Amino acid sequence: MNYVIIGNSAAAIGCVEAIRKVDQESKIILISKEKEFTYSRPLISYYLGGEVKADAMGYRSPSFYQDMDCKTYLGVAAESIDPELKIVSLVNGEDISYDKLLVATGGSPIVPPIEGLDQVKERHLFQSMEDALTLEKALSPKKDVLILGGGLIGLKCAEGIGKKAKSITVVDREPQILCSILDEEGAYYVQRAGEAEGIRFILGENAKSFRGNTLVTDSGMELPFDILVIAVGVRPNVELIQNAGGDVGQGIKIDERNETSLKDIYAAGDCVESRDFSDGNAKVMALLPNAYLGGENAGYNMAGQEHVFINTIPVNALKFWGKHLITAGNREGDVYTVKDENNYKKLYYTKNNLKGFMLIGDVERAGIYTSLIRNATPLSEVDFELIKDKPQLIAFSSKTRRKELGGAQ
Amino acid sequence: MKRIYVDEKWCLGCHLCEYYCAFSNSGENDMVKALKNKMIHPRIQVEENNGISFAVNCRHCEDPICVKGCLTGALSIENGVIRIDKKKCIGCYTCIALCPYGAVMPSPDGVVQKCELCLQRDGNPMCVQNCPNQAIVYEEGVEI
Amino acid sequence: MSVNFLYPEYEVERNTNRCIACRVCERQCANEVHRYDEDLQMMLADESKCVNCHRCVSLCPTRALKIVKTNHTFKESANWTKNNIEELYRQANSGGVLLTSMGNPCDYPVYWDKILINASQVTNPSIDPLREPMETRTYLGKKNVKIERDANGKLIPNLPVNLELTMPMLFGAMSYGAISYNAHESLARAAEALGIYYNTGEGGLHQDFYKYGPNTIVQVASGRFGVHKDYLESGAAIEIKIGQGAKPGIGGHLPGHKTMGDISRTRMIPEGSDAISPAPHHDIYSIEDLRQLVFSLKEATNYKKPVSVKIAAVHNIAAIASGIARSGADIIAIDGFRGGTGAAPTRIRDNVGIPIELALAAVDQRLRDEGIRDNVSIVVSGSIRNSADIVKAVALGADAVYLGTAALMALGCHLCRSCHTGKCNWGISTQRPELVKRLNPNIGSQRLINLMNAWNHEIKEMMGGMGINSIEALRGNRLMLRGVGLNEKELEILGIKHAGE
Repeated sequence: MNYVIIGNSAAAIGCVEAIRKVDQESKIILISKEKEFTYSRPLISYYLGGEVKADAMGYRSPSFYQDMDCKTYLGVAAESIDPELKIVSLVNGEDISYDKLLVATGGSPIVPPIEGLDQVKERHLFQSMEDALTLEKALSPKKDVLILGGGLIGLKCAEGIGKKAKSITVVDREPQILCSILDEEGAYYVQRAGEAEGIRFILGENAKSFRGNTLVTDSGMELPFDILVIAVGVRPNVELIQNAGGDVGQGIKIDERNETSLKDIYAAGDCVESRDFSDGNAKVMALLPNAYLGGENAGYNMAGQEHVFINTIPVNALKFWGKHLITAGNREGDVYTVKDENNYKKLYYTKNNLKGFMLIGDVERAGIYTSLIRNATPLSEVDFELIKDKPQLIAFSSKTRRKELGGAQ
Repeated sequence: MKRIYVDEKWCLGCHLCEYYCAFSNSGENDMVKALKNKMIHPRIQVEENNGISFAVNCRHCEDPICVKGCLTGALSIENGVIRIDKKKCIGCYTCIALCPYGAVMPSPDGVVQKCELCLQRDGNPMCVQNCPNQAIVYEEGVEI
Repeated sequence: MSVNFLYPEYEVERNTNRCIACRVCERQCANEVHRYDEDLQMMLADESKCVNCHRCVSLCPTRALKIVKTNHTFKESANWTKNNIEELYRQANSGGVLLTSMGNPCDYPVYWDKILINASQVTNPSIDPLREPMETRTYLGKKNVKIERDANGKLIPNLPVNLELTMPMLFGAMSYGAISYNAHESLARAAEALGIYYNTGEGGLHQDFYKYGPNTIVQVASGRFGVHKDYLESGAAIEIKIGQGAKPGIGGHLPGHKTMGDISRTRMIPEGSDAISPAPHHDIYSIEDLRQLVFSLKEATNYKKPVSVKIAAVHNIAAIASGIARSGADIIAIDGFRGGTGAAPTRIRDNVGIPIELALAAVDQRLRDEGIRDNVSIVVSGSIRNSADIVKAVALGADAVYLGTAALMALGCHLCRSCHTGKCNWGISTQRPELVKRLNPNIGSQRLINLMNAWNHEIKEMMGGMGINSIEALRGNRLMLRGVGLNEKELEILGIKHAGE
């Protein structure tokens, strides 16, 4: 068997580790357009913040490729796939044949079509280690930074560059930050934490055009800057599959086994769309745990072991300016809210299931909530009053605990 | 492999496991020195309500979602024991968001902590040794 | 009212240098002695509630606690002792009978401690129990039959049914109600594992424990609680309880609040009704009446179960035992005045009955003199504290011993003598679920097994030293005993010589 993996992040590593659990003999070839050893992408803001050194970014121990017996092509992008001949062509002209292929090409930052944007000189993205290093070089305590986009990436960037800039302004067209995971009230907890650190938020302002190093919004507001970071979103890298004739929606379409519409070609990670188990909708859930789990699922299937991954749900765990927040699932059904000055909690539930939650501040044991969503645990099986109060196993039946904690079969 | 199992039938809610856990992970060899006048942050925690009580710590799952979801590779499996490399952990709490037992918890040092089966003490979990009623046992059993 | 005030008997000494305020003492004290004060950020104690059961001391992880006897004094005299003074004050306040529990704590002679055991030298060599067979197995029941042979000269097996014990110990009668479910389970499981017996006491047998029937002696007492056909048939033997060493001549009373749930079901009485054991059996006023009950029980169980009769050691014990030996009973159980109880009036416990050592010697001698010793086996109790007490009891004529207090101590009892409060911190003499669960039968049964095996081992060593390799060869072998510091009368009753003779 000849396994080929395009990608070198969580989905790719999950795939390698799953294959090696089943098959220690066959060859694995790993192709990545990035030249770095597999690194943890979310760490780039921590790197800029000085919390993590460049040599500590590794997602796995330095001997990982050797340990897993992987042949790597780092810094060499894959150009095309021929699903008939089962060949991946690289930009360096090399052709690599495969029996089973994983496409884990991730996503690319979206660069919005805004007038004058191409004229901005200090224009940065914030997705790869390379982006981080370029941005780092440009930063200085004399520079004003404008971040376009108040989502996860924009805020992580704002936090990471923190004291390295003279000022940081975050602009978003939505009236709140983090609109993909929080409601307006919850987002304000995070916003306050950012403001306490000197971050300026300009919300509900749509970027209309750039005039040199000044952003002009729809309402006519003018925001001058020295450095611009674009963080308005990420688009799945679907081209390889699309060009090879595979089905593509918002992302690469896959089945429960993470196989694409092309035989023996699998896909996982930020480049795919999958069904959100909590609401049944197909969407791109570009989150690291899902990437790993998808890659792992693909790996097992590529190595011939039946395996499915169906209960994909969005789970976000983040820390901004010392404020922790965890969210999962969606915002469907009735709402249970508890809040005080520092903590915010919302549970979303239907008649018989927990569907989603937002926790800000006190996030301890949130995984108990997550598993209620992921397992679609009927609320009739738990003491919902206790669960509402806090995530706790005492809300489950003694029988469940005997099994889970007592080892009873 | 040997795992820690708890049986709420025998748990007295005495919380000694929590104190022995804190002691075991304190690096001190005297309990008074380790815990006197200190707030403890045990990796095993007792839940109690309405006459029922039981201790919860890491199950060391065979197929651990905390390890798979870890953003940085700080969580890993070593000989069946799920370990946390505090130097690699960035305290994002993804593991806390994923662990279905609530057994990974924030650590006072800003990252996360979890039961590592007292590996620093030759793998003799102190909570088990000092449970007065054998409500916590460490034995070969089913895989979780 | 200040005239009521009694200074607490014990003081809680907390070493604040060692206390880490983990509050385990607070959580584990059913008497609510300890509490954590948020303002002072330290543990405080109300010692007036302390019964000195050592639960807190045992669980304190930093050894920060000890309980000491107060050195506060009355103006005592040899006559007006602290106990006499305190009890008088208490009764002047309450107007009631004083209640207490466990065995007689008063300073009466303990004859076991005035008896010494022999050992062989030169002429009758001792036996090494590690190298040579040493039998502690024994049988309880009648052995009085003549040897009969059939026409072919073969033995006719006409020995009435006996109980087989791997060692000369049984767990004494303690009812479900007096002690907890988990205590009963511990005793039952240990008895099964050891090949000995435990005794249900007078509260019936919980449905869950019928499976231990082959190692169970079921009791029939004056209240007849829980007695029915299946119950009688479930045990290996049946015991008629006439009396108890701690409270001879009086009955028992389990208050209604303790007869709930399983207890009421097991006792076959309505929930919440007082369980009253009358002082006498209302159908027994003579040996003839006793004989009727013995044979009723035998009849009901097809003569497959030995019947034991348990009595308290009282003044005319020898004559009473002689009557019982003629009543058809297979075993006489005699309970001395130091035997334990879950609740007894203090005055009775401390002043009624006689020492088991004297009672045993008198009974064994009387039955021998009358030629009916083999009609019955003799089991003694109240109180046996160690394996040497057992060796001495057997040499004085006992077939085996009942262990009550000692068994409870293996389960954690610290002899605080507060069983009657129902708040046993060790989960033994309580029915409160949160306290009962403190006794895990996995631990309890193992500790009982440990204790019995240790004692059995010691018995073998002492027997080996005497050059005796079978416990049955030691029975009644009073030449193996000598007294120290005893007067002529005591030696005469015990039937032993003084040391040096």
